[in-house]
Amino acid sequence: MSVWTRHQLLETNSILLLIGILLVIAIGGIVEIAPLFYLKSTIEKVEGLRPYTPLELAGRSIYVREGCYTCHSQMIRTLRDEVERYGHYSLAAESMYDHPFQWGSKRTGPDLARVGGKYSDEWHVAHLIDPRAIVPQSIMPGYRFLAETELDYGTIAAHMTANRAVGVPYSDEQIASAVADLRAQANPDDPGVSDLLKRYPKTAARDFDGNPKSISEMDALVAYLQMLGTLVDFKLFDAKANLR
Amino acid sequence: MTLGEGGLALAFGFLAFASIVGIAKAQDAPFAFHAYLAAAASLATVVAILNRYLARPVELPPAEIDGRPNYHMGPVKFAAVAAMFWGIAGFAVGLLVALQLAYPVLNLDLPWTTFGRLRPLHTSAVIFAFGGNVLIATSFYVVQKTCRVRLAGDLAPWFVVLGYNFFILIAGTGYLLGVTQSKEYAEPEWYADLWLTVVWVVYLLVFLVTIIKRKEPHIFVANWFYLAFIVTIAMLHLGNNPALPASVFGSKSYIAWAGVQDAMFQWWYGHNAVGFFLTAGFLGIMYYFVPKRAERPVYSYRLSIVHFWSLIFLYIWAGPHHLHYTALPDWAQTLGMTFSVMLWMPSWGGMINGLMTLSGAWDKLRTDPVLRMMVVSVAFYGMATFEGPLMSVKVVNSLSHYTDWTIGHVHSGALGWVGFVSFGALYCLVPWLWNRKEVYSLKLVNWHFWIATIGIVLYVSAMWVSGILQGLMWRAYTSLGFLEYSFIETVEAMHPFYVIRALGGALFLVGALIMAWNLWMTVRVGEAQETAPRLALQPAE
Repeated sequence: MSVWTRHQLLETNSILLLIGILLVIAIGGIVEIAPLFYLKSTIEKVEGLRPYTPLELAGRSIYVREGCYTCHSQMIRTLRDEVERYGHYSLAAESMYDHPFQWGSKRTGPDLARVGGKYSDEWHVAHLIDPRAIVPQSIMPGYRFLAETELDYGTIAAHMTANRAVGVPYSDEQIASAVADLRAQANPDDPGVSDLLKRYPKTAARDFDGNPKSISEMDALVAYLQMLGTLVDFKLFDAKANLR
Repeated sequence: MTLGEGGLALAFGFLAFASIVGIAKAQDAPFAFHAYLAAAASLATVVAILNRYLARPVELPPAEIDGRPNYHMGPVKFAAVAAMFWGIAGFAVGLLVALQLAYPVLNLDLPWTTFGRLRPLHTSAVIFAFGGNVLIATSFYVVQKTCRVRLAGDLAPWFVVLGYNFFILIAGTGYLLGVTQSKEYAEPEWYADLWLTVVWVVYLLVFLVTIIKRKEPHIFVANWFYLAFIVTIAMLHLGNNPALPASVFGSKSYIAWAGVQDAMFQWWYGHNAVGFFLTAGFLGIMYYFVPKRAERPVYSYRLSIVHFWSLIFLYIWAGPHHLHYTALPDWAQTLGMTFSVMLWMPSWGGMINGLMTLSGAWDKLRTDPVLRMMVVSVAFYGMATFEGPLMSVKVVNSLSHYTDWTIGHVHSGALGWVGFVSFGALYCLVPWLWNRKEVYSLKLVNWHFWIATIGIVLYVSAMWVSGILQGLMWRAYTSLGFLEYSFIETVEAMHPFYVIRALGGALFLVGALIMAWNLWMTVRVGEAQETAPRLALQPAE
């Protein structure tokens, strides 16, 4: 019996056809995805990484909401020009607390994986409000409304709890003090700043949007942008240590 | 009252109640808005089910009348009309976002009109709203005709069609309101995903049970592709979307996967949304509509078998080519590249099978613009599936990735292959469904064909030039070893190509508007088909 006549078995039996399809489509995904969860070399061991502060997490949600990933990547590839333009190539560890990842697929605008600390808060605020006032050739939309919208942070603890449930190591203390930490980070004179820094090392507490009257969505977004790529100290990073 | 009517009315009554609770307890405005929509739609469904029950005769429509299958074409008609509507909406939003990239003032700087929110609206409208409705319409048509049996289920096919379009409505309005989980081509939030899961399972059941009930001994090749498309999309949807909402009364959720694993899941999903939604499903269309329109059998039965199994096996592996030189481990990148290059072969096998089906009927290309549209779509399929493996090679990808080359590649597939084969299928389907001899005007089909083709050529060539130009500018060094161009200089250089691209998109939209007018006139005033039954399609030997 030739293979062509054997194939009639599948063509005349819908359930066998269905099972055949399921088997064939399952293999590739299993081979490529499953090892990523147990091969230790997938994610490097790196010092300095921490979960997002409440204000950064809120800012990240705004980044997601506005679809920034449609034009900005957060993934510096291991290519000479990219490393010279944007900084050290991105490590898998740097996005290990990202639910979901924000690597992006298109650079209509520049990569943002290490934009933190490159520009001042004032630059970011002015640029987000009117990009062409700062960079005349820019084709980015303006986001004035972020500066005019109060940040809705009443439920931020619930968002951190959800993140913890999917694997981000927030402590009970961090979740309990979420609202206080969020306020402290947006106001450098807040008495809670030292506690915030204890809970989240390498955190900057500033009035990011320059408007002390309220905590705006602009505050949150700029806080997020200013921490991107700043957690790992690459002077201490040893790439060879991760070869296994 | 049947069990289905009673059960469905009860289920929607419960859903209406749950939605009203959702309105009362909503934590954010978009969630409340969607709960309003769900409550209204659920109540309308309950009323519609009860109305139908009171108005219908005691017996449900018979499966056969005088020994001939009593085909269920209502849902097919609805999906065909919805496809045309969403197609035009999706192309129009595409034109708008293209113009925004050329003239940023068109973003208007309002929250719901910026590129970042409109881009997912465009991609979802063309892929899932236009493409999805074409697939549902054609699959429900083809499976009935090739199995010679009425579609399974009484209310179930309507549930699939209406439920799917309600999902589109929730997803689309969500994007404008900023509800997104930011996974490309899987942006809808958790409640829309759950709803889609229910709709999709019913879709699979309707399709599968129709095949099981068939009167033909063999399952026609188009149905293999449709079945693989439905099953695989279900698997991908479940794998890519497990998410935990921060509150069951809020729109925001967090995906179970993180970082590198999430990236791999995303592009396993993303590339196979291309492979199964935009390829396998539309190959099902090719395998039915091209032979039917050309009145020739499928070229090679054995090639169909090889094509089918090798295509669905290889496609699943190709995802990592979206992640070359990233933090994804090298072994996964290399696997993805290898399988992407191998994928070239089954893709061209399918193209050859489609094109060679015209053996002995090539003269029809001169006289039949509908057939020409479908044949050119298969040619575009061949082009895009050659370019894809090329771009998946790591060194090529280091230049093309993150640039407009990818956008050009996607659109030669999307406009040329998916768009044209869908247009061809709709030009066939509308006269068949409404019992018309032929479309209202073949001359207008010809105009549509040429205007859209010129549009595609402008679009794709503009994106090739801008993509390769930008990629080269990013990596250009001066003789002193410094990067030659700042990023913004590369943005500025894109402007003329973005204008040309928008012009190409505008032509494509004009073509679709001509088509909508033509189909509308076909239904309104087309010459009625004489009652002699068409011959059933012969299975491929």
